[in-house]
Amino acid sequence: MHEWALAESVIKTVLKVAEENSIDKVTEVRIRIGEMQQLEHDVFKSALLCLKPDELKDAEFIVEIAKTKLRCGVCNHEWLFQKEGFEEDVLESIHFLPEVSHAYIKCPICGSPDFEIIEGRGIWVESVKGVRGSDRP
Amino acid sequence: MIDPRVSIIQDRVGDINRIIAVTSGKGGVGKSLLASTLALLLARRGRSTGLFDLDFTSPSTHFILGVRETWPIEDKGIIPPLIHGLRYMSVVYYSKNRAMPLRGIEFSNAFIELFSVIKWGSLDFLIVDMPPGIGDAMLDLIRFVKRAEFLIVTTSSPLAFETVRKLISMLNELEAPILGVVENMKMEGSVVKQEVLRLGVNFLGEIPYDPVVENSLGNVCELLKTVFADSVNKIIEKME
Repeated sequence: MHEWALAESVIKTVLKVAEENSIDKVTEVRIRIGEMQQLEHDVFKSALLCLKPDELKDAEFIVEIAKTKLRCGVCNHEWLFQKEGFEEDVLESIHFLPEVSHAYIKCPICGSPDFEIIEGRGIWVESVKGVRGSDRP
Repeated sequence: MIDPRVSIIQDRVGDINRIIAVTSGKGGVGKSLLASTLALLLARRGRSTGLFDLDFTSPSTHFILGVRETWPIEDKGIIPPLIHGLRYMSVVYYSKNRAMPLRGIEFSNAFIELFSVIKWGSLDFLIVDMPPGIGDAMLDLIRFVKRAEFLIVTTSSPLAFETVRKLISMLNELEAPILGVVENMKMEGSVVKQEVLRLGVNFLGEIPYDPVVENSLGNVCELLKTVFADSVNKIIEKME
């Protein structure tokens, strides 16, 4: 369950963003997770709720899943990652470290393993919304 | 958009006393063997030690240590398994020893991911087996982990040492601490020690060519009986 480890990094990042932008009360955090990482949505959200400190008690965490797009470095073909067809242990390995997909995936057109993950790799904080001290009545 | 993983890396390595990156200018100088032996001997001295194979595209420490049938433990992160008294991590757990071609940005993504989720816990030493050369691993280690000390391995060959000069120059420029240089497979008439000292860098010691060390690959007990291991033991005295 490295969802917890990633949730911890999200909490730390949100606190840092709030501090840097003088946000006293965080109200909404938008997080995007790449489909390739196959994070357990419920586990991740539950980890966020358990880990969130008092400073973030009013924050709503909105988690969106992003499609993972791959592009072949040889023929430029672009395609979406789909987990169908992979064995469980391979999917689990990709879940832990999406870059190991290079050991298992090849371009469906030319067969090259030389591709890049151009969208939807892992996890990122898209936005942090809140109220600054000076915004309050 | 912010990558949240970077923010947690310092916490993940916060309980590690010393991080030693075993690096070289060129491949084939015995870096992985030195990193593995160094980690094993530190553990034998009662130091809590981890070994992290950062050579994602050509990992080999699992082969040296004879790693079999272990798996990282998931517990709100990834706990490296204990092997021969070491906390050990390598991408081979996930790549299943298949070839894994990675370009720069993807190396960095894998680096950040692993450093942000691996929970090393409290360690006296984390030994990092680096890929050769001045590349993503070295730059990322300096940028994200910040406090690694670099132990440079070379052979007596002028070809290997020529790349070490550049490596030392770059590490100095980046203000990264250099623990010292180890000369492996030392040949008669070598001037590496004098050259290292002339560059103002610590010379940690030399390891003679050990023709039987290859026979011990995969067998830790045999490895620790070799002349190679004896020499590494002497180098540890100078490191501590």
